[in-house]
Amino acid sequence: MNRNKRAKIADNIATIFLYIIAILVIVLLTSITVYLVYRGIKSYIPKYMSFSPDGLGIQLFNTLYMVLLSIIISAPLGICAGIYMAEYAKPSKLTDIVRMSIETLASLPSIVVGIFGFLVFVMLTHSTWNMFAGVLTLSILCVPLLTRVTEDGLNEIDQSMKEGSYALGATKWQTIVHVLLPAILPRLVTGIILAAGRGFGEAAALIYTAGLTSDVSFSNWNPSSITSPLNIFRTSDTLAVRIWYLKGFAINPDKYQIADMAAAMLIILVFIFNIGARITGRVIERKMIGSSAIKSKKKSKIN
Amino acid sequence: MSCKLLVENLNLYYSDIQALKDINMGIDEKKITALIGPSGCGKSTFLKTINRMNDLIPGVRITGKMTLDGEDIYSSSNDVTLLRKRVGMVFQKPNPFPVSIYDNIAYGPRRHGLKNKGRLDEIVEKSLKDSAMWDEVKDKLKKSALSLSGGQQQRLCIARALAVEPEVILLDEPTSALDPISTFKIEDLMQTLKETYTVIIVTHNMQQATRVADKTAFFLLGDLIEYDETEVIFTNPQNPKTLEYVSGHFG
Repeated sequence: MNRNKRAKIADNIATIFLYIIAILVIVLLTSITVYLVYRGIKSYIPKYMSFSPDGLGIQLFNTLYMVLLSIIISAPLGICAGIYMAEYAKPSKLTDIVRMSIETLASLPSIVVGIFGFLVFVMLTHSTWNMFAGVLTLSILCVPLLTRVTEDGLNEIDQSMKEGSYALGATKWQTIVHVLLPAILPRLVTGIILAAGRGFGEAAALIYTAGLTSDVSFSNWNPSSITSPLNIFRTSDTLAVRIWYLKGFAINPDKYQIADMAAAMLIILVFIFNIGARITGRVIERKMIGSSAIKSKKKSKIN
Repeated sequence: MSCKLLVENLNLYYSDIQALKDINMGIDEKKITALIGPSGCGKSTFLKTINRMNDLIPGVRITGKMTLDGEDIYSSSNDVTLLRKRVGMVFQKPNPFPVSIYDNIAYGPRRHGLKNKGRLDEIVEKSLKDSAMWDEVKDKLKKSALSLSGGQQQRLCIARALAVEPEVILLDEPTSALDPISTFKIEDLMQTLKETYTVIIVTHNMQQATRVADKTAFFLLGDLIEYDETEVIFTNPQNPKTLEYVSGHFG
């Protein structure tokens, strides 16, 4: 067999192999999703699908609310830290240590972060389990991820774009805000999706911080009242925490059905969020970059 | 004839390597000056000292004097952002920002504080007209600058530089990444530009220097070997090294 033929066969094998892997990933994802949604529908009991004290509506609201708050806190911190690391920090021992710390922080087991959150945000503040402590703990998990995404994005930007901006008399800050950040916006959107995904699925970090119960009334929207859904100093269990609690300790006779419903809800929520965030990202990108850029970007991929 | 830019005993060091050695030259207003020489001769480095782009490189040290209309470029009282507004630059590789054509042109004026929409529209139109691409893009100003061809992108970068109303325009091998037709368009454009601006171009292409430049400076290993009318440099150079280079014997 000549060399040319052998190279061609290797090329074909590699292509087929990668296709099989891709199909496996898709099959895995769909089977998990379909199975969970199916079990959720099979276990459906109407009275738990509500915003009443028994219903999962409360946990759904808590999940969304806490993820939103933790993104509001962690996105500015993470993005600013990433900008600092990429654009301001001079290469030195200290920066290396900071970078390593961020990486370590990103891979800390969430139960450990949860215990830290409990010690600092609950014990040190002499409070009890509350939503805000949970939100801060979630933010600790999200910040390193966002820092990393921002720093990597900035480091990969073509240097010539920066020069172009400086050459027009723009300052460093103007260059960052008006050229560099818009250029990495799609990556930031991806980063925020990943961070939010972490928040949606997190249970261990919230058990000791945000608590295992919620006692709210959806007729009370005064944020200073302890039974208002908006109050951030009330205890607050998310869908993931609820699933964990129901499967383990609850005494409710319907507990397994509720857990299945909650799991289905959670997975649908994550799907809707991911799709929504991607669409939003694309709309923003189109608005900022101009209409035909996305198309031309796709065209530049060679087979 | 007045000198727009005066360079006296300029030396530049990258850490301990000397990249420019005792450069003395005066650059004429509203003329095109070409800087030629083999790779690594310091011509691009010299170009970047004029708008202080070398400030961005750590370890660069500069001695001597460079004055723009009598004002010392490197004096501490000279604001570098204002200097770069007066001295625009176009790079070797087209580097439009990943935003619309309109926003690319408006970028400079906006950063210098202009917010008035009507005034910005005027500047965008004028800059695109001055860079001879208004008719090509007037219907797609909201389209991404990245959708343009390489040659159009480079002219867009020229338009972007013109939008801040500079006095001097530095061109760093502006056509080396372009096809011959785009190159011709840009050379043509330079002839119009010199009616209003002082143009300094670094080029590897000696034919280009003869085609466009009024004066030409030949650099070699950080030294300014010869600086004269373009015709003299290419037909009757005084220095044997210049003759060797322009007749293609090395470099």
